[in-house]
Amino acid sequence: MASIAVEMRDVVKTFQTPEGTHLNAVDHVSLKIDDGEFFSLLGSSGCGKTTSLRMIAGFEWPTSGELFIHGKPMGHTPPYQRPVNTVFQNYALFQHMSIFENVAFGLEMEKRPKFDIQDRVARALEMVQLTGLDRRRPRQLSGGQQQRVALARALVKVPDVLLLDEPLGALDLKLRKEMQLELKALQQKVGITFVYVTHDQEEALTMSDRIAVMSKGKVMQLGTPVEIYERPNCRFVADFIGESNFFEGKITATAGDQATVFVPALNAEVIGLLTGNLVNGQQATVSIRPEKIRISSEPVLNTNCFKGVVTQTTYIGADTHVYLDVYGMRIKVWDMNKISTLDPRAHYTVGETVCVTLFPENTLVMATN
Amino acid sequence: MLKKLREDRPFQGTVLILPTLVFMVGLLIIPLLLTLVVSFGTRSPDGGVIYGFSLNNYLRLLGYSTNCPGGQPACFDPLYLQILWRSLTLAFNTTVLVILMAYPLAYFIARSPAKRRNMFLFLVLVPLWTNFVIRVYAWMMLLRTQGVINGVLGYFAGLLGIPFAPLEMLYTPGAVLVGMVYEFLPFMILPIYTSLEKIENALYEAAADLGANPFRTFLRVTLPLSMPGVVAGTILVFIPVMGTFIVSDLLGGRQVILVGNLIQNQFLTARDPTFGSAASLILMIMTLIVTYFYSRKFGFGEEIVAA
Repeated sequence: MASIAVEMRDVVKTFQTPEGTHLNAVDHVSLKIDDGEFFSLLGSSGCGKTTSLRMIAGFEWPTSGELFIHGKPMGHTPPYQRPVNTVFQNYALFQHMSIFENVAFGLEMEKRPKFDIQDRVARALEMVQLTGLDRRRPRQLSGGQQQRVALARALVKVPDVLLLDEPLGALDLKLRKEMQLELKALQQKVGITFVYVTHDQEEALTMSDRIAVMSKGKVMQLGTPVEIYERPNCRFVADFIGESNFFEGKITATAGDQATVFVPALNAEVIGLLTGNLVNGQQATVSIRPEKIRISSEPVLNTNCFKGVVTQTTYIGADTHVYLDVYGMRIKVWDMNKISTLDPRAHYTVGETVCVTLFPENTLVMATN
Repeated sequence: MLKKLREDRPFQGTVLILPTLVFMVGLLIIPLLLTLVVSFGTRSPDGGVIYGFSLNNYLRLLGYSTNCPGGQPACFDPLYLQILWRSLTLAFNTTVLVILMAYPLAYFIARSPAKRRNMFLFLVLVPLWTNFVIRVYAWMMLLRTQGVINGVLGYFAGLLGIPFAPLEMLYTPGAVLVGMVYEFLPFMILPIYTSLEKIENALYEAAADLGANPFRTFLRVTLPLSMPGVVAGTILVFIPVMGTFIVSDLLGGRQVILVGNLIQNQFLTARDPTFGSAASLILMIMTLIVTYFYSRKFGFGEEIVAA
């Protein structure tokens, strides 16, 4: 029954490049963001995620297509008349104002009475744990604190949708991890729709209800973190999110959601799960995550089993990263150290020949891009 | 920066400021002290200085006169106070007008595409390539009774069949004001531009995002953040206008005597260096007082200086 908070309907945004050519920064994007959802736009720089966000905020207008917020077409509505607020990448705090004045700014623009403003600002600062710092200037706060001010300044307006443009990008790793959890908890508490732009896949996986993976202005896949990681629909997504081993081949048979792919490099057929709309005879990519490959001394299955030679092992505590040579292809396997690594059975020695098993339910057959 | 240098290498800081120090002591501090000494002296009949300690020159400036109608020994003559007041109001009016003209232009330049900004700044500076005095002469050509402006107006009046008497523009306070505004405009545009240009675009977006329309964004964000530029520009304009005499000399004639003209006149025509020195010091003190109260309220535009 969730209503739609933001809808992009066939939105295109064209920019002129310095060379004079035209570039679709956002290329026919259609998506719907549910009310109360934590929605991430994920992609590397230049994929169109920030431009999409800026169009929702009203800083840019679509070249074609239409954008709706709660069903209302936005057209050329200026930012100051949209029911959305933004947390900017570098916070964009007003340096000439105190923390209180920064947070109060948006409420003053709504011409709220003074006592109401004071009350709301106090509660917003409490929510982001900045009580008592309201008289400071932004410059006198740490990066993490400034980040919270930016958050409070946007949230105090109680927008329908909160837009966040890589808000944690400037923080160090530890703080970023803390803020990720805090942001997620905050979002659940206030129940506001969050649209979150990031290039950090881990961040997107940790926080989002749904993720749109973008590349070159297009949405490659839209789904929950589990769907995106476990069922990437194309090589780009599988490669961008997490790590994976890829084999190129051609589909020779399909049965239900299973497909058989002939992989020339292995000179063998591999059976896997179809994740895209592919048919018999089509080029396809076989992808398997390194942690899902089984290494053993004896073959486990009749199919999807290959001999490989260990070329390198790296012990990293919880896992051992094993690199194998399978018919000249480099395969990476994350082998979980379930038994103590000091146990001689846990060791793979370089040069050892092992069996590599790709379980069909973990092996994915997807579009090559 | 200097402090750090001093800590690292004790002599380097001193060496760095030495040339300026010598220059300033030799050509500013010592002459100023001489001026102070001379201002307390009295004029000798041949135009020299008899040193001593007399406050007569200052009293004269403040209105004390021994040259009175009806043979009184002493009376009040506001002539010099009027000149001081005129200089002060003219400097004030010029500064206000220059701010009003420079701000929109600086804003326009700062918000233009980066590629065009340099060209606009270049155009702002082009007039400065021509000598100051020549530019003032150009204004004389424009403003004269038989000048360009009257010529053009007369031509159009003639076309329309309206009777036209040439406007008397030159040698009026208005002419001096126009000349001053013209001369000092670039000195206001540049600092305001510098402070506007530093404002991140994201701040305008943040203001809009929080519900401020363009007008309120200007009042609450743009204007406060560009105040250091306005302050720096004001200081760059107000102080020189208080002291100049060329503009008022050429465009104001005998009609608009400013402190600058008075000082020039005392040294070169009336040959009373003692009175000229006293007037110079009064001008300095007035300027300092105004600048002091102004900068106490608004700062010195430090951020611009630091930029």
